Amino acid sequence: MASALSTDLLTAWPEIILAVGLCLVLVVDIFLKDSYRDVTYLLSIFLLAGIAWSLLGAGAGGETTLAFGGSYISDPLSRVLKLFAVAAVATVFLYSRPYLRARGLHLGEFYVLGLFALLGILVLASSYSLLVSYLGLELLSLSLYAMVAFNRDSPLAAEAAMKYFVLGAIASGTLLYGMSLVYGVTGSLNIGDLQATIGTAQASSLSLWVGLAFLVAGIAFKFGAVPFHMWAPDVYQGAPTAVTLFVGTAPKLGALALAIRILVEGLPALGDLWQVMLAALAVLSLVLGNVAAIAQANLKRMLAYSTIAHVGFILLGFVAGTPEGIQAALFYTLVYVIMASGSFGFLVLLSSRGEEVETLEDIKGLWQRSPWFALMMVLLMISMIGVPPLAGFYAKWWILSALLETNHVGLAVAALVASVIGAYYYLRVIKMMLFDDGGQAHAGGVPLDVRVVLSVNVLLLLLIGLLPDRLLELCARAAALI
Amino acid sequence: MFTTFLFYALSTVLLAAAIGVITARNPVYAALFLILAFVASAVLWLLLEAEFLAIVLVLVYVGAVMVLFLFVVMMLDINVTTMREGFLRYAPVGAIVAGIIVLELAYVIWFRSDGLPVGAQLVPRDGAYSSTEELGKVLYTQYLYPFELAGMLLLLAIVAAILLTMRHRPGLKVQDVAEQVKVQRGDRVRMVQMKSESE
Amino acid sequence: MWPVASLSFLQTPWLALPELVRYLLVLVGQILALTIVVVLCVAFLTYLERKVIGYMQNRIGPNRVGPRGWFQPFADVIKLLVKEVVIPSSANRFLFVIAPLLSIVPALATWAVIPLFPGFAIADIDAGLLYVLALTSLGVYGVILAGWASNSKYALLGAMRSAAQIVAYEIAMGFALVGVLMAGGSLNLGKLVEAQSGGLFSWFWLPLFPLFIVYFVSGVAETNRAPFDVAEGESEIVAGFHVEYSGVAFAIFFLAEYANMILIAALTAVMFWGGWDSPFAGPLLGFLDGTILEVLRLPGIHWLALKIAIFLFCFLWFRATFPRYRYDQIMRLGWKVFIPVTIVWIVIEGAMAALRVGPWNT
Repeated sequence: MASALSTDLLTAWPEIILAVGLCLVLVVDIFLKDSYRDVTYLLSIFLLAGIAWSLLGAGAGGETTLAFGGSYISDPLSRVLKLFAVAAVATVFLYSRPYLRARGLHLGEFYVLGLFALLGILVLASSYSLLVSYLGLELLSLSLYAMVAFNRDSPLAAEAAMKYFVLGAIASGTLLYGMSLVYGVTGSLNIGDLQATIGTAQASSLSLWVGLAFLVAGIAFKFGAVPFHMWAPDVYQGAPTAVTLFVGTAPKLGALALAIRILVEGLPALGDLWQVMLAALAVLSLVLGNVAAIAQANLKRMLAYSTIAHVGFILLGFVAGTPEGIQAALFYTLVYVIMASGSFGFLVLLSSRGEEVETLEDIKGLWQRSPWFALMMVLLMISMIGVPPLAGFYAKWWILSALLETNHVGLAVAALVASVIGAYYYLRVIKMMLFDDGGQAHAGGVPLDVRVVLSVNVLLLLLIGLLPDRLLELCARAAALI
Repeated sequence: MFTTFLFYALSTVLLAAAIGVITARNPVYAALFLILAFVASAVLWLLLEAEFLAIVLVLVYVGAVMVLFLFVVMMLDINVTTMREGFLRYAPVGAIVAGIIVLELAYVIWFRSDGLPVGAQLVPRDGAYSSTEELGKVLYTQYLYPFELAGMLLLLAIVAAILLTMRHRPGLKVQDVAEQVKVQRGDRVRMVQMKSESE
Repeated sequence: MWPVASLSFLQTPWLALPELVRYLLVLVGQILALTIVVVLCVAFLTYLERKVIGYMQNRIGPNRVGPRGWFQPFADVIKLLVKEVVIPSSANRFLFVIAPLLSIVPALATWAVIPLFPGFAIADIDAGLLYVLALTSLGVYGVILAGWASNSKYALLGAMRSAAQIVAYEIAMGFALVGVLMAGGSLNLGKLVEAQSGGLFSWFWLPLFPLFIVYFVSGVAETNRAPFDVAEGESEIVAGFHVEYSGVAFAIFFLAEYANMILIAALTAVMFWGGWDSPFAGPLLGFLDGTILEVLRLPGIHWLALKIAIFLFCFLWFRATFPRYRYDQIMRLGWKVFIPVTIVWIVIEGAMAALRVGPWNT
C-alpha cells in the first residue's frame, strides 16, 4: 500500500511541485513589501522552470502510467500539453511584469492565480476521471474569473468578470450534469472504464446522448466556440491586456485536454454523434468568428473573434476523428498558443509604459516608429492567416488534409472559405501598421527581456514553419496512444 | 415497517420544503425552507445508516453555509416582486427544462435498474461497521488525488475572495493592536508633583 | 438496593410490555431525568453567578428569598412565567415565537452523547464528536432569527454580531476538536474518555494544552458570555438580539445561554480533562489501593460534575474580571490568533504522533 502510494506521488510529481510551490509563493508574497514584488515574480519563474525540468526528466519516452486508482494518467499527450502550458504561463508572466507595474497592478496575486490556473491545466492534461477533470476545470476557471476582475477600478473589467463568471458557472453546471448522466448510465467516472464499458447496447441510450450533449456544450464553452462564445469578446476586451494574454493562451491547452480525454478517450463509442455536434459548432465558429472580426475596431476584440475562428479549426480536427485528426488538432492548438501569446504579447509590450494600446488606430504607422516589432506583428498576422512558410500554414494544412482523408469535403471547403474571409482583417492590421499614419504606439522604453522573448516567440513560428517535423512528430507520438 | 413510515414522512417533508424554497414570497422563509430540506435529507441518510454523511450535511450546510446565506439575505433588501416580474414569461421554458431533467433522471434510474434490481444490494451492516472509518479510508487512498485537488480549489477560492475584496486604501486609519498592548502607563500619564494651591 | 427491591411488584407488568415500548420508556425516562437535572443546574447557576460575582465585588448578592437566598432562582422563574409575553406589532410572529425554541433545543439535545459515567451515554453513537459540532452550530439560528423577527434595529445588530462571532469561533473550536480526535483516535466521546484514562497527567489537556485553551475560550465566545458579550452589549445595543423578548420567551433564551455554558464546561471536561475519570487514577498513587482512599481512584459521574463545576466557576470568574472586548478585537482574536494556533498545533500533533511522543507512545 505504502509503496503504491509513493509511486503514485512520484508519477504526479509536476502537480505536487506546483501545488507546494505555489503555496510557498503565496506565503512569501504576503511578507514582501510592494517594492520587492519582483521576488514573487522570480520565485514563480523558478518554480515553472523546476516543473519544466521535472517534466523533461519524467521521461520523453512513450510510456503510459496510471496512478491514484486510475484517476491520473501520465502519457506523451499529457507531457506535451503540460510542457507547453508551463512555457506559455512563464511567457505570460514575463510579458506582463512591466505592463502591470505601470498600472499599479503588480500584485503577487497575479502570479499566484496564474499558478493556480496552471495547476488546473496540468490536472486537466493528465486527468483520467470525470471527477478530476471537473476539479481541474474549476481550478482553471476560478482563477481566470478572479484574474479578469483583477483591476478593481475598471468597470469594464468588473462587467467582463461578472459575465464570465455567470456564464462559466452555467457551463460548469452543464458539464457536471452531463457527467452525472454519463455516470448514471455507466456507473463509473473513470475514463478507462467508460471507454471499456460503453458497448453498442448502451451507445443507443437516450440518457447517454443527452449527457453527451451537455458535455459537448460545456467543453464548447470552455473553448469559446459559437454559440457558447458570448463571453469571449467582452472578457478579452474588458480584462487588463496582461490577463487577456493569459486567458487567450494556456487555458486553450486545458480545454483541448478536456475534449480529448472526455470525448476521444472516454466516449469513442459515441464518436459519430459528437463528431456531428462538433462539426456544427466548428462551422458556426468559423463563420461567425471571421465575419464578426472584420467589424471590430478594438484589436483585443478582434483577436477574440479570431480566437473563435481558430477554435473552429481545432474542433474540425476532432470532427475528422482519426488519429491524424487529433494530431492535427493538437498541433493546431500548440501553434495557436504560440501565435496568441505573440499577438497579445505584442499588445502588452506596446502598452507597457502605461497608456493603453488596443485599437487599430493606435498602431497605425508603427512601422515608422518601431520597425522591428511591426515586422514581428506582420509575421504573426501572416501566420494567423495561414500563409507558408509560417507555422500557421501547417496547422491549417494538416487539419484540412485530415478532413479530406475522412471525406469531409464540404467542411474543408467551408473552412477554407472562412479563412479567406478572415485574411481580410489580418491584412488590414498589416496595412495599417505599414502604410497608414497617425498612431501613437511605439515600443520605446520596453525592458530588454520582454523584447527578446517576444522576438523569440515570433521567430519560433517561423522556425516551426520551416522545420515542422519535430513538433509534428511530438504530436503524432502523443496522439498515437489515444 | 417503522422505517418505511419514517421514509415516507421525511420524504414528504423534504419535498414540501423544496417546494417551499421556490414558492416562498419572503427570501428569509425560502432560506429557512432550504434548511428544513437539508435537515430532512440528513435524517433520510441516517435511515440508510450513513451517519457520517448525515451529520456532516447538517454541520456544513445547515451549520455553516446556510448561516452565512441567511446573513446575506437578511442584510440585502431583496424586492421579491420585481424579481417575479418575468416569472410568467419564463415559466414555460423553465417548465420544459425541468421536465426534461426529470424525465432524464427517471430514465437513468430506470436504465440502471434494468440490470440491477433496486435495493438488492442494500444489506444492513453489523454494529462494528463504521461508515465514518470506511469513508475516511476511501477518501485517503482511492480518492486521495481528487480530495487534495478539492482542497486546492478551496484555497484558490480564499485567495480570489481576498484579492477581490481587500484593498489597501491609502490614508485609512487602523488600530495596531500590538502597539496598543505595548503601551505603558508612563506613555500616557505624567505624574506631577505640585503644591496645593488653595490656601 | 432497597428501592429496586420494593418496586419488584412492578416487574411482571413491566416485562409484559412489548420490547419496543420498554425501550422507548427507558429512553424517555433517561432524557427527562437528564433534562430536569440540567434545567435545575441552570437555575442554581444563575444564583451562583450572582453570589460569586457579588463576593468578587465585595457585595453579598441575593439573600432575601429562602435561607441565604437559595430560593431566588424559583422566585425569578415564577416572575418570568407570570409576566406578559409582548410580541411587537410588526414582528414576524411565527419566527419570533419559534426562535427561543431553536436556541434551547440544540443546547439540551447535545447532552445525549455526553458520557456521564463509564460505559454510559444516552446515545452512545460512533460519530458523537461530529454530532456535538453539528448541534452546537445550530444554536446560532435561534439568535439570528430572534434578531431578524423582532423587526428592531438593535436586535438585528445584536444578531449580526452574534452570528459573525459564533461562526468565527466555531472554526477554531472545530479545529481544536480535530486535535482531540487525533489524540483519542475515535469520534465516540466515550472512547475519547477511555483513551484518557489514567489520572491527571494522562488527560489530553497536557499534550493538547494550546487546543484546550483555544477550545475553552472559544466556548466562552460561542456562548456570548463576558468578555465576548458584544452581542448583548447592554451599554451599546441595549440587550442585543433578545431586546424585544419578555416573559417566558425571554426566560427560554436565558435558559439556553446557561445550558450552553454548562454544555461547554461538560465538553471541555470530557475532551480535555478526562470526563468521568478520577484525577488520582494514575499508577503514581497505586499505593492507595486496598485502603479506604481507594474510592478516590474510582471513576464516576461525581468527577465529571466536579470538573463541570470548576469550568463553570471560570465562566463566572471571567465575567467578573475582564472588561468587554471590542468587536473588531473579537474577530481578530478568533481569525488571526486562534485559528492559526490550532492549525499549527495540529501539525505539531501530527509530528508527535509520527514520532510516538506523549499519548501516542504505545
